[in-house]
Amino acid sequence: MRRAAPAALVVGLALLPLAAIEPRVYLTLTIAGLAMGMLIFLVAAGLTLIFGLMDVLNFAHGALFSWGAYAGFTVLVLLNERLGWAEAPSLGLNALLLLAAVAAAMAVGLVLGVVLERVIVRPVYGRHMFQILITLGATIVLEELIRIGWGPNDQVLPVPFTFQGSWDLADVIVLRFPVVAIVLGLVVYGAIALVLRRTRVGLIVRAGVENGEMIQVLGHDIHRYFTGVFAAGSALAGLGGLMWAIFSQSVRPAMGGEQLIFAFIVVIIGGLGSVSGSLLGALIVGLSYNYVAFLLPKAAIGVNMALMVVILLLRPAGLFGSGK
Amino acid sequence: MAETLLELDDVHTFIGQHHILQGVTLAVRRDAVTVLLGRNGAGKTTTLRTIVGLLRPARGSVRLEGRPIHGLRPHAIVRRGIGFVPEGQGIFATLTVDENLRVARLGSDAGAPARLARVFELFPDLARFRAARAGTLSGGQKQMLSIARALVNPNRLLLVDEPSKGLAPIVIEHLVEALRAMKAHATVLLVEQNFAMAQALADDFYLIDDGRTVHHGPMAALVADDALKKRYLGI
Repeated sequence: MRRAAPAALVVGLALLPLAAIEPRVYLTLTIAGLAMGMLIFLVAAGLTLIFGLMDVLNFAHGALFSWGAYAGFTVLVLLNERLGWAEAPSLGLNALLLLAAVAAAMAVGLVLGVVLERVIVRPVYGRHMFQILITLGATIVLEELIRIGWGPNDQVLPVPFTFQGSWDLADVIVLRFPVVAIVLGLVVYGAIALVLRRTRVGLIVRAGVENGEMIQVLGHDIHRYFTGVFAAGSALAGLGGLMWAIFSQSVRPAMGGEQLIFAFIVVIIGGLGSVSGSLLGALIVGLSYNYVAFLLPKAAIGVNMALMVVILLLRPAGLFGSGK
Repeated sequence: MAETLLELDDVHTFIGQHHILQGVTLAVRRDAVTVLLGRNGAGKTTTLRTIVGLLRPARGSVRLEGRPIHGLRPHAIVRRGIGFVPEGQGIFATLTVDENLRVARLGSDAGAPARLARVFELFPDLARFRAARAGTLSGGQKQMLSIARALVNPNRLLLVDEPSKGLAPIVIEHLVEALRAMKAHATVLLVEQNFAMAQALADDFYLIDDGRTVHHGPMAALVADDALKKRYLGI
């Protein structure tokens, strides 16, 4: 019952715009909204676990997003220039290229995440002001490194041929890549849920989100779990960055910071520490952004903020929050 | 006199700027129940939290079987065979009873199934509500779960912080029985405000006042010493 109400809210919100939008356009917007929601979820999932378990406000998450995007972008460009894998009209080669880019984005996110956690986050556990300052500082450094390495300007990203364009299903335009993004988001959610629900590591992380001190006095080395969760969350941020880059067909150094605002809204709406809450929050944000951007373009982000305020007024701990 | 399992020597602990423990010295005999008594704010809970490493002593030493454990991280300390039952239970409310016990179990030695069976024998309610979320349990059941978590590992020493706090008398009776049964398997260091409970369980006592251990001896001696009880415990 507790979980059914927020889910019903999403469905209700999703149906509301049908009153003002023609059904075909509505379907197109819905798919775009779901895709955007899933991409935000990739970023928010790591953020919510890092905050829930470690009580760390990681503003550098956005920079990891950008680094993931640039790592994947580099693989896409190189393999396309040398082997033509993006332009080739072959599902196999295109998928292989996407996988290679995903692997690079996640690996870079993961490695940077481990380094960040070990070097700059660990000394400031429990001190929020320091965390905000030092992770914002890391963001600036990481973004500037991107500008040094890849240049300050937007760059066009070669989208693999199979994932370009759209399907026309009974006059409904369905863009291809958003469908890939939706499927990927669901796979990632399923994988996180599986690890959290079915494995011992997941059990310890869930317990740690609720009471980190108790986990330590039950004999678990919480720093090991911190590093693991931080690394996994960072890898997801990297993945989110690459997917967003393909979605928008471009990369730019500051792209992570913009997405981080959405991710924070989602984490707060969903309830700090709750992965399911983040998924639901991300879908709410993605859908409402697309509907409102169509109806009232200038109000799109404002509506997301308003949604966050309303949800927090009704449920101060967020949709699935434990009130931590 | 039996051998000493745990030893604190002139332990000083700060919380922030506050000098809470100002010289705690105590020795816990193996296979005995030692109770730590004192007024609210005397430093009893801080003593237990210092032993398990949640607080670091600024001075002094904590030794388990003669080996220093102060300065180690909490997980490394409890893995030497210490079970900690904190004040306010510290159970994971969103996890089931079963999951709470699984989180607590470290490794699986040959004795693990027998210990789990013993836990359920001691606390039949927990067996009945294994699949229930721990947050839905009653106060007494939560306390039992918290104690049960300390019993699923082959611990040599149990630190139990105010188990009777906020519980109904009938539940306390059950707890006393359970703690008495625990005596057979481990050494216990108990913090308890409820004097009747302390009297029913303890072999030795230590009195803490203003962060210092001021008196100690056999529990029977304290029970007989009205002046001491009145001075430090107000009873």
